[in-house]
Amino acid sequence: MTLQIPTRIYAQIAAHLEAAFPKEGAGLLLGEANNLNRHVHMIITFENRFTPEEQHNRYLLTAEDILAGEDAAEKHGLEVIGVFHSHPNHPSQPSEYDREHALPWYSYLIVSVHDKGVTTPRSWLLSDDRNRFKEERVTIQVDR
Amino acid sequence: MATIHIPTPLRTYTGGEAEIKVSGDTVGAALQDLTTQHEQLRQHLYSDKGELRAFVNVYLGSDDVRHLNGEDTPLQEDSKLRIVPSIAGGLT
Repeated sequence: MTLQIPTRIYAQIAAHLEAAFPKEGAGLLLGEANNLNRHVHMIITFENRFTPEEQHNRYLLTAEDILAGEDAAEKHGLEVIGVFHSHPNHPSQPSEYDREHALPWYSYLIVSVHDKGVTTPRSWLLSDDRNRFKEERVTIQVDR
Repeated sequence: MATIHIPTPLRTYTGGEAEIKVSGDTVGAALQDLTTQHEQLRQHLYSDKGELRAFVNVYLGSDDVRHLNGEDTPLQEDSKLRIVPSIAGGLT
């Protein structure tokens, strides 16, 4: 599986996550999916709804956020295909907390953010048995 | 029969179906019927302790059933339920 992100969309993701730094930032990936590839067409950013004192290592998108994302996706003929969030000053590796709260099928794009900006986006899919994340390829390329 | 709207990431386990007809007089009974029809959904909806996972939200119309009577919320024949995930995570 490959998650394809146009350069201009990745720039929007980076800007949102850098603005949230040193707290975690998050949003939804909207696009199209088939058995081999996911193509991101747009994102929706949200405020981190986790309690403020824990936003340095937690994020939350509420059911109302997801409903808003699904409505926007439907309006554009797209689907919510995944989630992106940042790991401030931490690798782009999913945590046990990420796994426990993950849904199958969604792409979980994690972007490490440091004081000089974003680095190393990696994306993950939860296994059907919920026991592990499988990494998927990420490509960031100029949209044709 | 009531219907339950399934979010995209869980349709893998309903054969791609977005709307599932379920029997049951309460939200809890309807969810039990759903997971009996589609057994693989259970592990994603319920924890090992048999409780609805924290990120699983069930709406009856526009109301989160946690703000009604939870899984005891009564259903009508034409009730429309919707499973909506919330999404959480973090670096540790």
